[in-house]
Amino acid sequence: MPQTNTDPLFSMSSNHLIGKTLRSAARAGVLAGALVCGGGAAAYTLQEFTFDSPAQERTFRDLTSKLRCLVCQNESLAGSQADLAQDLRKEVYGMLREGKSQDEIITFLVDRYGDFVLYQPQIKPSTYLLWFGPFVLIGVGGWLLLRALKAKKAEPEPETDAAERARLHQLLAAAEPHDQAK
Amino acid sequence: MARSTTSYLVPLGLFLALAALLFYGLSLDPRKVPSPLVGKPAPPFTLESLKEPGTQISSDILKGQVSLVNVWASWCPSCRQEHGELVRIARDSDVQLIGFNWKDERPAALEMLSRFGDPYTLSVFDPDNQAGIDWGVYGAPETFVIDAEGIIRHKRIGPIDGKVWAEEILPVIQQFSPKGEPVNAANQH
Repeated sequence: MPQTNTDPLFSMSSNHLIGKTLRSAARAGVLAGALVCGGGAAAYTLQEFTFDSPAQERTFRDLTSKLRCLVCQNESLAGSQADLAQDLRKEVYGMLREGKSQDEIITFLVDRYGDFVLYQPQIKPSTYLLWFGPFVLIGVGGWLLLRALKAKKAEPEPETDAAERARLHQLLAAAEPHDQAK
Repeated sequence: MARSTTSYLVPLGLFLALAALLFYGLSLDPRKVPSPLVGKPAPPFTLESLKEPGTQISSDILKGQVSLVNVWASWCPSCRQEHGELVRIARDSDVQLIGFNWKDERPAALEMLSRFGDPYTLSVFDPDNQAGIDWGVYGAPETFVIDAEGIIRHKRIGPIDGKVWAEEILPVIQQFSPKGEPVNAANQH
């Protein structure tokens, strides 16, 4: 069946019922996303940024994907449609064009928005717990486990008194004829 | 036996401590990102006045007295929600309230002020997020408490109501007000 499909989301899909259902579901999803994250009528793309060299563009893409958008917190600066993300992309772009290094740009943003803008927080005293806490927990857990296992092994055989020993001998003596019969 | 009781209690104690820590984590709001600017001088700015186009206002206005800098926009429902409280604070207290109109359009902002009252001593206009980025603004409303030396002492993320004013903001203002100049408490509705 020939068709003209103007829907950018499913430009490859056929006009089957499943395609239609999928398409409206996807549209609803995009719509919900746009509402939640305050996307305007026109989507932001990285196309508007032009670069002096492919290396600079790589740096830009690399940098913006390492930075978190504070409005849509599960999105990187590169991918977010939030208005604030666009402002910050422009800021990062401007600084790159001025020849600032990645570290300078990251410091600029951390000074203003805090460590939270970094998907990978820096290692410093206030993040030691975050970075090393899990290893400390594993260490302490392992040490406790080893200690418990050793204590169990080292536990002495229970003491027996004279009456118990006599009963034991009696039982062993009673069992012996069977063993020999085997 | 005492020894084996301890050896059971220690891991149990550790587990409970970890559980308490994680449970506390659940009560935190990840949308409220603490600002690294608290305790540091307010970033300087020169912005146009909202009400008098062409007139520049610089951050020097923050020196010499405790100020509240309220980041707001007419498109922001929570700003509308807190507006009445700001009008009341402006009426009942002596604190200097600076309006920081953020990523907004001038006619819409002015209309909101004329319709719901203007609580601000001065209003600066930052439609392009020039100073907003320096201040680490990532949403509206946000309110900064600035002391007389121009140091940021507190950042409130989200709207202000009577309770927030009385319990969170007023104590900071009082703590950093110069002695002998008591701030009008103004926490009675």
